[in-house]
Amino acid sequence: MPRQSRLWIVYLARAGLIAGAAVMAAAPMLFATRDVAMLTEFMSLLTIAIMWNLLAGYADIVSVGQHAFVGVGAYALFGFAAIAHVDPYLSIPLAAVVALVVALPVMVIIFRLRTAYLAVGSWVVAETIMLAAGKLAAFGGGSGISLPVSVVRSFGHRIPERYGTIYWIAFAVAALALVATWLLMRSRIGLGLTAMRDNEEGAGVVGVNLIGLRVLCFLWTAPFLGLAGAVITLQKLRVSPPASFSIVDWTVYVIFIVVIGGIGSFEGPIIGTVVFFLIREYLSEIGVWHFIILGALSIAVVLVEPRGLWGLVRRWLPADVIPNSRSRRARE
Amino acid sequence: MGELPNQIVQGVLVGGLYAMYAMGLSLSVGVMRFVNIAHGDLIVLISFLILTLIHATGMGALPATLIALPIAFAGGYLLQRFLLQRVLGKGVLPIILVTFGLSIIIQNGLLGVFGADTRRVSGGGIETATLKIGGGINVGVLPLVIFLGAIAMVMALDWLLYRTRLGARIRAVSDDPATANLVGLPSARVYATAMGIVGVTIAISAGFMSIWTNFDPTAGPSRLLIAFEAVVLGGLGSLWGTLVGGIIIGVAQALGAQIDVGWQLLAGHIAFLVIFLARPEGLFPKY
Repeated sequence: MPRQSRLWIVYLARAGLIAGAAVMAAAPMLFATRDVAMLTEFMSLLTIAIMWNLLAGYADIVSVGQHAFVGVGAYALFGFAAIAHVDPYLSIPLAAVVALVVALPVMVIIFRLRTAYLAVGSWVVAETIMLAAGKLAAFGGGSGISLPVSVVRSFGHRIPERYGTIYWIAFAVAALALVATWLLMRSRIGLGLTAMRDNEEGAGVVGVNLIGLRVLCFLWTAPFLGLAGAVITLQKLRVSPPASFSIVDWTVYVIFIVVIGGIGSFEGPIIGTVVFFLIREYLSEIGVWHFIILGALSIAVVLVEPRGLWGLVRRWLPADVIPNSRSRRARE
Repeated sequence: MGELPNQIVQGVLVGGLYAMYAMGLSLSVGVMRFVNIAHGDLIVLISFLILTLIHATGMGALPATLIALPIAFAGGYLLQRFLLQRVLGKGVLPIILVTFGLSIIIQNGLLGVFGADTRRVSGGGIETATLKIGGGINVGVLPLVIFLGAIAMVMALDWLLYRTRLGARIRAVSDDPATANLVGLPSARVYATAMGIVGVTIAISAGFMSIWTNFDPTAGPSRLLIAFEAVVLGGLGSLWGTLVGGIIIGVAQALGAQIDVGWQLLAGHIAFLVIFLARPEGLFPKY
């Protein structure tokens, strides 16, 4: 069967994606509170995964320190809403601004490192920011602090109502991250990024501004990570250095999600997040072994099919489910 | 008076241990041009191997470490030959992802087998012995031995890389793998041997670490970060520079701890970032 005749599968997948998005948009009205809480986590992880994929999959910035910006967003939300008494809803976009501002000096530091050393360098920076956050007395120092009840109440007085509101914020953040990054990828900039992904030297030779694109991508991800951190704080109701800056939750899991789903594609982070939540739902009772399975799986992916699960599927399909590359569209 | 010089001396000695962590990383960065994210976890893994040997047979820490040396060499050799070699030269992403996955597997494997308890190995009295040198400064015998060990390790690796046939081969493969292959060097085996040597440095630092400090299955990443800082501060590829880098981190931590115990780790990282911003190429760059 020629690849082209499987185009109906692509259309079916696109219809499924739209139907899935519609169900997600209405989730608080459809599902129990416990499931809504799980879906809120799903949206936050999806947002972070899209951002890590943009950095590592396209811009060749393999960071192991992006959890720093999630933590900065969390602390900024607490600072605005609980300490400065800014409107809690307004505090969320302000958290994104703070993450962007922090990204500037961080970029100055880690962009001085050659790509191979950038990974651990970004980790050092993240560790430094986390330890510094633990010195802030107003934020409860090393042990952290809970959000005041008044702030929590502004998102709904009863628990189901509050979970619904926070879910919709998480959904809006994930949707914004997905659509905005998709539009970025379809622009001239995205064309340059795709060229960079496929052959960095070649892209540079034909006039792609490699440094400019790296700077743009790094600064692009920071506010979205800050938003994710704000949403996560609303859900967990407290900030603390080890939880808000958790490398396991916001970097280790995210790397597994993107690598297993398919790095350097738009479908990869979505597939990876779904697979990750399935593994977590069914395998979390086996404790440390689910980490070992995820680690072994991601090594196997790198060795066997570097483009992940989506790369395996894409071999059989004539087109992307989320069409983001103009060149590929033109070719077909 | 007398407290500050004392703290600086202690910091310098701690720096010797940090330099030991960093030496293997420096070698793998210099030769294979990649940062092994699992480096710290490998140190902790060998520490648990030493602990297990001691518990199983009742032997001392020294013979247990000596037994760990060939095991670590073989482990490093096989790791490079059968895993890392397959992703070498394909850009930074695959090698980072593979060593990252390895790091998570080692940490959680150790957690599953040994539990989350903090461990320590008895050194048979050496850890409590001290020497009095003038001016109110007391020096622990163990830290002094470790510091001298770090200097010996620099000299041994320097000799190995620049005075022996094996070292010449390693440097040739490192400089240009394609040409090295062309003139008949088995580059895969040379890389594997280099990684075996990295394994030996890991086992030596694991032996000293397990006597001097507490460790648990999740202690690897903090060792990796310190080793990385020492390597970058010293200048990539410079072994003496790595020793100096380790000493700088050790002294910064000791001075930070003077302000407040909670500032110890933060002071080390801040010192690294400040010096790095001033001299991104490191203090004694070789390349």
